Amino acid sequence: MKKEIRLSGSGGQGLILAGIILSEAAIMDSKKVLQSQSYGPESRGGSSRSDVIISDETIYFPRAVNLDILLSLTQEAADKFLCNLKSNGYLIYDSSVIKVNPIDGEAIGIPFAEIAIKKFKTAIVTNIISLTFLCKVTEIVSIHSLKSAIKARVKEKFIDLNMKAVRQGIKLAEKYLSERG
Amino acid sequence: MKNIPQKVIHRYLRHDKKFPHVWCAGCGNGIILGDLLRAIYNLGLEKDDIAMVSGIGCSSRMPVYVDFNTLHTTHGRAIAFATGIKMAKPELKVIVITGDGDVSAIGGNHFIHAARRNINLTIIIVNNNIYGMTGGQCSPTTPIGKFATTAPYGSIEPNFDLCELAKCAGASFVARTTAFHTTEARQIFEKALQKKGCSVVEVISQCPVSYGKMNNISSAVKMLELQRDNTLPIAAYEKLPEEKRAGKIVRGILHDVEKPEFIDQYQKLVDSLSLQKQEKFDESKKENKSSKSEESKSQE
Amino acid sequence: MSTDRKAGKPILLQGNAAVTLGALDAGVQFFGGYPITPSTEIAEILAKELPKRGDKFIQMEDEIGSIAAVLGASIAGLKSMTATSGPGFSLMQENLGFGMQTEIPCVIVNVQRGGPSTGLPTSPAQGDIMQARWGTHGDHPVIALYPDSILECYELTIRAFNLSEKYRTPVILLMDEVLAHMRESVVLPPKDKLKIIHRIKPNVPPEWYKHYKRNPKYISPVASFGEGYRFHITGLTHDESGFPTQVPEEVNDMMDRLLRKITDNLDDIIQIEPFYMDDAEIAIFAAGVVARSAKEAIIQARKKGIKVGLIRPLTIWPFPDHDVENMLESTRAVIIAEMNQGQLINEVKRVTKYGQHSRFYRIQKYNGLVITPDEILRKIAEVA
Repeated sequence: MKKEIRLSGSGGQGLILAGIILSEAAIMDSKKVLQSQSYGPESRGGSSRSDVIISDETIYFPRAVNLDILLSLTQEAADKFLCNLKSNGYLIYDSSVIKVNPIDGEAIGIPFAEIAIKKFKTAIVTNIISLTFLCKVTEIVSIHSLKSAIKARVKEKFIDLNMKAVRQGIKLAEKYLSERG
Repeated sequence: MKNIPQKVIHRYLRHDKKFPHVWCAGCGNGIILGDLLRAIYNLGLEKDDIAMVSGIGCSSRMPVYVDFNTLHTTHGRAIAFATGIKMAKPELKVIVITGDGDVSAIGGNHFIHAARRNINLTIIIVNNNIYGMTGGQCSPTTPIGKFATTAPYGSIEPNFDLCELAKCAGASFVARTTAFHTTEARQIFEKALQKKGCSVVEVISQCPVSYGKMNNISSAVKMLELQRDNTLPIAAYEKLPEEKRAGKIVRGILHDVEKPEFIDQYQKLVDSLSLQKQEKFDESKKENKSSKSEESKSQE
Repeated sequence: MSTDRKAGKPILLQGNAAVTLGALDAGVQFFGGYPITPSTEIAEILAKELPKRGDKFIQMEDEIGSIAAVLGASIAGLKSMTATSGPGFSLMQENLGFGMQTEIPCVIVNVQRGGPSTGLPTSPAQGDIMQARWGTHGDHPVIALYPDSILECYELTIRAFNLSEKYRTPVILLMDEVLAHMRESVVLPPKDKLKIIHRIKPNVPPEWYKHYKRNPKYISPVASFGEGYRFHITGLTHDESGFPTQVPEEVNDMMDRLLRKITDNLDDIIQIEPFYMDDAEIAIFAAGVVARSAKEAIIQARKKGIKVGLIRPLTIWPFPDHDVENMLESTRAVIIAEMNQGQLINEVKRVTKYGQHSRFYRIQKYNGLVITPDEILRKIAEVA
């Protein structure tokens, strides 16, 4: 099993951190993992990305070129990276800011930012809500490992907030999965 | 020189293989080295505790003749090498020997940054207004209108005032003397060596062979006389009426202030960090809580 | 930018952070540097870590000053390093030669980016391989190491320090931008399993000490400033005592000693990784991140029954002539894949002997993108 995941949006949305958390959760699940991200002018403005490759085998080639999962939190990122998504891949996007045309694979629109602001009064947890949703729907890493990885990475005073965000993500995923059937 | 006979400098010279030296007859380098060694003798500094670092040029050949820890580096870089040595072994007395071209042309960046940091180095600049070793090319201190092989029609560029440069950049001790004024030079070296901070001493020197020949003053004696006649101590200079100051070069300690020194500041940082660590350790022992990484990641 | 060092269990580590962990485990005591993408994280992490340990960090005014300060600190006895990228590496060349000429141990990390000039500051390239070899003027041997994984960034940093201390010379760690910035799961070895080499100190009285004393292994003990030995160091050609000389015999002696301390110890210095080479009919020669793509391609090609393997140099300088000769003897085709306009291929050709019939194929890419496994697979198909 080898999966390529891209978390994309704009700088400041916490996607680099989300990529690191996803990677560390995968390590806890005894997987091999490789993470890379956009650098330089590319990461200052416009779209930002954090790529994670998760595999049972040694990962040689360090680039994600054929995405199994694409998370997009901005229209620009979705437009830019959709062409890298496998034909049967997952697109998970923030439907409060993005419109997409139908794709071959599964396109899941959830208004992550809207929900974050409504439930938490801050968009800062959008990354964790959407990452949790992604993990729960695709089962790329276990929720147990995801939680442990978050606890190890975020400041102690933010752990409660982030655990609430995880629960929100799980709730959204369960709702989606039951509706999809 | 009654109190300090000539032979004291022999205690500091390397007698194996290193003589005769490379300097031309009439050069100021030997006089200046003698002044420096007498200052070192007067201060009672140990040979083992002195590191002498130089760049490239006539004066930068000085270290090879003296029995210290000696380092002859690349052109312009003596101060940067010395910075590493001083940080590594603060207990060493680090003396930089450099020339006008070495320190203010190719090495200008390191010069101003050492002054800015106020790192505890004694920087002795032998300023002969020319590149002597390579046969007389113009330097940033060659005065306007003076000749050099690369200024065959006379230099059209203004020259640096090295003391003013050092002072403005932040050096805490700045002085100027000449090869002619040996007693004054020795006294200034003694003060500079004792100063905690970046101390810069410009020593005006003569190069009869390159500079003198090209500018029609090819006698070393004549050049030394010019050092005597065209310079005056700062106190005397300040008493001069404005109209008589033109063309006069000021000697003496031009700037001497107390300000934080780099090596000290670095040690303070180290001490404060180890104190923090100790406090954290004590705290965690008190609370007896499970250890949590002190560098927990911040939410972006 | 974590520097938590957990041995024995997998952690996520960035390449530049792995270099700093390796440096700290090797006992680095001084870092002098100037910020430059894509190596800056190394300076940033050490700026935080070294003062905490009572060790020294300084951001110098430029890269020329950085390597000068590093050499100065090493002369005074500290294990010292700097990190930079192409433009800074260019600025360091003169003093790098000074370090080689005067035999000062230190480590220089060059995280390569696209060049020439300002080039592609955040994109990978392997364009500094020849600069690492011949960047400073004059004849000189050089040791340069080239990792292909995050674990190797850690291991080869330690090895770079060990080789520099043992052979009294600056050692270059050449890295790909991809490795510097990516993160990978790695398992670090326990600290007590590490072999750390420190320079040999003299045990003779000061009057007997010669800073460059001749001996059969070309490796002489080295005193530091302030230890009572009072020796002279100069970039001028020098004799055994360190004093300048122009006597032809003494010049020869110094030049030969510098060369032979490396060439007489190739077995100790050179490391390569053969990958599926036992029965290979086609060989790929590649370093760093390109070798990773090659491995992926080889696994795919082997599934189709194509007997292809890889020779990967971990030591890029001195060049592994002997291993490359063997590769050329045992295969019928060699693909040299590199992210430049052809630097390694000329070295491979240099060691080609008359009578060897292996054919050369090249993959050269210098547009800021990594050579992909597909590109290598296509070349393998063409050759096979």
